[in-house]
Amino acid sequence: MTADPRAADPGTTESRAAGSRTAVPLDPSLAPPGTRAFRDAGGIPADRWHADQDGETLVPTHCCFCGVQCGMYLRVDRGGKVFGVEPRNHDINRMRLCPKGINAYQQVNHPDRLTAPLLRRSRDEDFREVSWDEALDFTVAEIKRIQQRYGNDAFGLLGGASLFSEKTYLVGKFARVALKSRHVDYNGRLCMVSAAGANKLAFGIDRAGNPFSDILLTDCLLIAGSNVGECFPVMTQYVWGARDRGASLIVVDPRETAIARTADIHVALKPGTDSAFFNSVLNMVIEEGLTDEAYLATHATGWEEVKAKVAEYPPSRAAEICGIPVEQITQVARAFARAPKAMAWHARGIEHHSQGVENCLSVINLCTATGHIGRPGAGYGTITGQGNGQGGREHGQKADLLPGGRSIMNEEHRRQICEIWGIEESELPPAGTSMMEMVWQMQRREIRGLIGICNNPFVSLPNYGVVKEGYDAMEFHAQFDFFLSETAANAHVVFPVTTWAEDEGVMANAEARVVKHNKAQDPPSGVRTDTWVMCELARRLGAGDKFAFADSRAVFDELRTASAGTVNDYYGITYERLEETGGIAWPCPATDHPGTPRLFEDGRTYHPDGKIHMQAVEWHPPMDPYDDAYPMSLTTGRTVAHFLSGNQTRRLGALVEQTPRPWAELHPSHGFRNGEPVRVVTRRGSEVFPALVTEAIRPDTVFVPYHWPVPTAANALTIDALDPRSKIPEYKVCACRIEHAEKIDDVPAPPVAPGQVSYPETQVSRTDPLPPTAPQGRGTSERS
Amino acid sequence: MMGRTIFIDPGRCIGCQACVSACRECDSHRGKSMIHLDYTDEGRSVASLPTVCMHCEDPVAPCAEVCPADAILVTVDGVVQQADTTRCIGCANCVNACPFGVPKIDLQAKLQMKCNLCYDRTAYGLAPMCATVCPTGALFYGTVEELQAERPGVQVADTFTFGRSEVRTGVAMVVPADRVQWPVPGGLPVVEINGKDVRR
Ligand code: SF4
Ligand code: SF4
Repeated sequence: MTADPRAADPGTTESRAAGSRTAVPLDPSLAPPGTRAFRDAGGIPADRWHADQDGETLVPTHCCFCGVQCGMYLRVDRGGKVFGVEPRNHDINRMRLCPKGINAYQQVNHPDRLTAPLLRRSRDEDFREVSWDEALDFTVAEIKRIQQRYGNDAFGLLGGASLFSEKTYLVGKFARVALKSRHVDYNGRLCMVSAAGANKLAFGIDRAGNPFSDILLTDCLLIAGSNVGECFPVMTQYVWGARDRGASLIVVDPRETAIARTADIHVALKPGTDSAFFNSVLNMVIEEGLTDEAYLATHATGWEEVKAKVAEYPPSRAAEICGIPVEQITQVARAFARAPKAMAWHARGIEHHSQGVENCLSVINLCTATGHIGRPGAGYGTITGQGNGQGGREHGQKADLLPGGRSIMNEEHRRQICEIWGIEESELPPAGTSMMEMVWQMQRREIRGLIGICNNPFVSLPNYGVVKEGYDAMEFHAQFDFFLSETAANAHVVFPVTTWAEDEGVMANAEARVVKHNKAQDPPSGVRTDTWVMCELARRLGAGDKFAFADSRAVFDELRTASAGTVNDYYGITYERLEETGGIAWPCPATDHPGTPRLFEDGRTYHPDGKIHMQAVEWHPPMDPYDDAYPMSLTTGRTVAHFLSGNQTRRLGALVEQTPRPWAELHPSHGFRNGEPVRVVTRRGSEVFPALVTEAIRPDTVFVPYHWPVPTAANALTIDALDPRSKIPEYKVCACRIEHAEKIDDVPAPPVAPGQVSYPETQVSRTDPLPPTAPQGRGTSERS
Repeated sequence: MMGRTIFIDPGRCIGCQACVSACRECDSHRGKSMIHLDYTDEGRSVASLPTVCMHCEDPVAPCAEVCPADAILVTVDGVVQQADTTRCIGCANCVNACPFGVPKIDLQAKLQMKCNLCYDRTAYGLAPMCATVCPTGALFYGTVEELQAERPGVQVADTFTFGRSEVRTGVAMVVPADRVQWPVPGGLPVVEINGKDVRR
């Protein structure tokens, strides 16, 4: 090990700022532990610690999981293998990590890793390990067969938002240029597209307006539909920092989460009523004369329509719809509008709805009407769930987008991209459909073949019954992954690909800050990068000349050029600059441009008229109606130990132990005892979970975390209704009832390749019938 | 209170157990966590707080005092170490003596284990692993002045009473500050963004 890079991270603010706290210099008078001198100096016996750090290297990179993108070092041993993690003093997280980040390194050399392509010609057969040539040839033959018989659009591609941006760029290009199919979409569709759609409509740009660090400067922080403590734990330090200096905290969430617990105002509204609430808050802001008319006159359009609409939402009506005390609406209006600087951050809680875009627009209306936009400490943000939820859609992986956020329906945008890709405009397919719609098309046999890259719809899509039927109908299904996910276990071909630690590339975090991940170890033999597999498939499909990329860097250079001049401008961002600065926020049009951490500082949005386009929002009830048979709301979400479909985290011992299984969280008024089996029934099915009884949830609401497969899958119960504009599914509310049940089902072990034995450590307490009460931090009403 | 030490701020804890995972990763007892979380108001609230060794100063380490094998050493700077593997007989006296319920016994190995303030890290000037990663700052490592610079107005408590006896500890609890508007942001050092000072 050279000079200890753990002390300070070159290039981040921390190391530049004088008197910073965490960069503690080594005390040269102290001998290292494990030496006699250390013991003689009053230290500890030499044999106690195996601090065998000689020869270890620390590779600076970022966490592979959520949209915070915490900086971390991977510890690499002398043999070049990743074996541990070390906190990194990066601007975003300043050493902090959540349990997922700390344990992430364990996936890299995990015994469940896929190391050879798997193939079976029909679903009746078992997988067998085959050579790369055989797997690729079979895939290409199947693509050609299906496309010749049913047309190009009968073959679809589904990408993922955990991929590096380079790879998401390739997914979009591969679908349109190599497959010549319109059907490409990605799992970010399940993440933050509602916010993206609303931001695009209002501001003409699809990203958060402010960096995390602005939270420290605000006087009033509004967090809507975001369980920050469990989903974006490292962001909590900014929230607590704001609170330390006296900022008030407003949390809108049906559950009392760790953040809500300490809020000045916790609005525990009924799931699915967010826009009624925000309309009413704006109504009160107007009533109290707290709008910023000067700001509205110069910077916004549509204010009159919004004003007329929110007049229909007096607090008495909204309080009734939302099931909250009427005074809370006035309190929130005053706290937010009177604060010199206020900010609103939201996440899936208001976005996962059939009115997700409207919900986000109603928050934007509130920020705009109070003039809290585009200043340090004042603005809005959306918290991305997936590591590259932001960057994953910027470069053409989404059904309706081309690289640089260009629209696939726009003549000029199409021409520009065709020029870069070197194809005729007539060859470029039109817009496709969204992820859930593609599954419906699979069910109707309109799509007959599919490649999935880095996604696990069997756990992550709503209404599992429909998803299974759709995938089962596929004549050919291939999946790229590094573990055998529940979805990959249903495929014909599985390509073993690299983890984030075995390749380099960029991701954009929730602040739209582009950060670079570095390669820490070589992939295990038999494993290839997603880039290599896509390029090789393209070559075999006859488009090799358009996919002559040697590595991620080559793809990134094309991506930069392809984004030049657009709103999502990456042109000025280079790998070298990212390493130097620790991250650059786009738009960044030139290599000497500093990036744009905060939007609209000059008062102009990205619409041609430079104004915020306010949109009047009408609330409507959730798509799944309540009745006597289904009187309650089911809502879903995450737990801190697991990530999305759990394909990665359900294999890591410490995380499994922390949260071995899902539970049904409900209010004591239903008469359940803690740990008792409770059946949650919706119009799509029923499942049994252990009850977790707590006063920290509304009596009319049940919460089930969604990281597990059937028969313990929240998504076997949720509804596949979509927001008409963003096409995001309505995960966060559906009608349900609860019943007493006999027996709780065990959580199935994650699938593994033939010949592999599931890692024993990850089996800890998986069959434990009790809910993970204390470890969840939820508390229970009695000790079991 | 020793110079640099851990401060526990229960108001900030989100129950994420990053500290527990981090403790497992620490070299001094790799694979085992010496931290556990307590839930103070189960069934009503999600409130939680981490329990780490309090490194008692007065009386000096009750666990060490009752150890018949003299296995628990206290370093010159007041850190109460976990049992010396060559001496510990696994009698669990320390477990009974500790007023905070910290030491654990591995019955099979006949060995006591507890938090030793990541001596392998602190000796290098690094913070203990748990306090380094804690996403919220519920665990803070530094001096009391450093703590108060970040969190204006907070006070700390390092004396606890158990019945008639009083224990003064090396690790302290944070007592919340009154809610006042502070001119300078606390919580974290203010950041400049791309060379631009954002303190306005
Ligand atoms: S999961 Fe998110 S908060 Fe946790 S370490 Fe990774 S990036 Fe940070
Ligand atoms: S890491 Fe910090 S916030 Fe998380 S449980 Fe531990 S003390 Fe609490």
